[in-house]
Amino acid sequence: MGRFVARRLLQMIPVFLGTTALIFFMVHLLPGDPLAALWGDKAPDPVQLAALRHQQHFDEPLIQQYLDYMGGLFTGDFGKALDGRPVLDKITEALPVTVQLALLAFGFEIVLGIGIGLFAGLRRGKVFDKSALVFTLLLISIPVPVLGFLFQTIFGINLKWVKPTVQDSTDITQLVLPAIVLGSLSLAYVARLTRTSIAENIKADYVRTAVAKGLPRRRVIGTHLLRNSLIPVVTFLGTDLGALMGGAIVTEGIFNVQGVGHALYQAINMKEGATVSGFVAFLVIVYLAAGLIVDLLYAVLDPRIRYA
Amino acid sequence: MTTVIENDSQKSGRLEVGTPLLEVKDLHVEFHTRDGVAKAVNGVNYSVAAGETLAVLGESGSGKSVTAQTIMGILDMPPGKVTQGEILYRGQDMLKMSNEERRKIRGRKIAMIFQDALSALNPVLSVGYQLGEMFRVHQGVSKAEAKAKAIELMDRVRIPAAKERVNDYPHQFSGGMRQRIMIAMALSLQPDLIIADEPTTALDVTVQAQVMDLLAELQAEYNMGLILITHDLGVVADVADKIAVMYAGRIVETAPVHELYANPAHPYTKGLLRSIPRLDQKGQELYAIKGLPPNLLKVPAGCAFNPRCDVATDLCRTEIPALHHVTDKDGKELTGRRSACHLWKETLHG
Repeated sequence: MGRFVARRLLQMIPVFLGTTALIFFMVHLLPGDPLAALWGDKAPDPVQLAALRHQQHFDEPLIQQYLDYMGGLFTGDFGKALDGRPVLDKITEALPVTVQLALLAFGFEIVLGIGIGLFAGLRRGKVFDKSALVFTLLLISIPVPVLGFLFQTIFGINLKWVKPTVQDSTDITQLVLPAIVLGSLSLAYVARLTRTSIAENIKADYVRTAVAKGLPRRRVIGTHLLRNSLIPVVTFLGTDLGALMGGAIVTEGIFNVQGVGHALYQAINMKEGATVSGFVAFLVIVYLAAGLIVDLLYAVLDPRIRYA
Repeated sequence: MTTVIENDSQKSGRLEVGTPLLEVKDLHVEFHTRDGVAKAVNGVNYSVAAGETLAVLGESGSGKSVTAQTIMGILDMPPGKVTQGEILYRGQDMLKMSNEERRKIRGRKIAMIFQDALSALNPVLSVGYQLGEMFRVHQGVSKAEAKAKAIELMDRVRIPAAKERVNDYPHQFSGGMRQRIMIAMALSLQPDLIIADEPTTALDVTVQAQVMDLLAELQAEYNMGLILITHDLGVVADVADKIAVMYAGRIVETAPVHELYANPAHPYTKGLLRSIPRLDQKGQELYAIKGLPPNLLKVPAGCAFNPRCDVATDLCRTEIPALHHVTDKDGKELTGRRSACHLWKETLHG
């Protein structure tokens, strides 16, 4: 087990280097000059611009800039934004909001997704199963922005159950509606994956053995059937946790949640290279960590992998 | 060891000698499929007494496994459906019991051993857990106690280093060891009756004999009834007391094991016996019964075996033969022997 973790950690290094390099150079390929843009519509003053360039090290060769940046990353320095604020500050400010939002969405999709999937799989071909299939298909086919605005209109404006947009991003109760929107697509996938897996495994020989042992139905399903059926679902959930953390840009935009997605979107608009790279580098770490956790969980759930 | 296999059956009272533990009476099972109704079991009768071994012999599709699954109550319903008959356990019809009553018989009174232990054991739970589960669920013992009992059981079925291996998973054992674990699981609560569905089919020939011997030994020790379902005549000869041969959902012949081998009273049994390879036939072509087992959706009229039978007459093609009592040449009835063949006399004596 220790060797497995060590190997996985080593594998992360090239992935981390590759992704950060890609994003660093891609930001520099974006058209437009972020410093010149500070003058707005006016023509920038060449002397001041040159001074700013020097201050931001933009006058150095790109490779040098990259090496400096990576050197900073490994000492925990994510660089500074154009306004002089450390990027790490921005991350630590936005992160708690996004983590709350992502975990809410994650919990929502796990509880409902696995619940719906389990009952649909056990009652394959019955009314509940068919309704679940239609319901999840609907969720999959509605784009997130549409669902977001729809929920905003229904629950925020018409029914007035919640405020249409988030006023205070640190208040978790205000994040419930955005979290439902954020988790809905994954919920559909989780439900379908669970359903298929349950319906397939319920015919397995070991389930028949469990029945033949005279175990109560609850135990046959909970201990024997569900545990085997959740293996593929866990894989999906792990990668999805990473996606929820970074992929909330649209949802955060609709509901005005001041999280990572929101900050990243603004930074891209302003062509703030250091901020974009910093956030993305951070998200890459989150993704890799989520991937590692999935693999470990996978090994816990399936001993055939643990000892392979 | 006696603590593990505490005799639970004594509480329910000993049966008188010869009284059947389990009696299957006129059982009919159908499968409703898209293509029609498949009659998998058509009026099967058999019984097993304590300490007795009944071998049920037949090709795939003969209904031998379906009958066993119906007894266990693990038949998938739907598509399966019991349309007629009784399954009496100690005189009580299990088909009339509630689900909860039946569940309490499963594993505790009647246990089952499956063919392929690798797929029949749960891949993600340790064998110790799966064995201990029997005690935890049925007797409510603690986790630690269940584990200790699991180790005792593994010792009992002669798994080497049981203590070290109790936390291992099924895929870490060899095929023979896995089947021993299945046997241990079936034995755990010392049931009255064990149904073994092709218990050695998935094993190497050398291991087959060991597993079969172990099963027979434990059966004798605990005086259990055993229903041994198999298509392998070789497995049956050493351990069975009596044999029921099944074909297309019916029993076509029953007999004490040695009499059946020496002198079959049904052409199908005769064909099966002839198709066993023998050393003294080296160089000769191996005999095989011509044709294939019937499609259960359209079983031939009359005797289901008639299209494959060498001696079939017009009568065989129109009338389903009853399971006749069989007599010797002097007309004296042979006990325990029956044949569902119009021509049993010619087959037996001719």
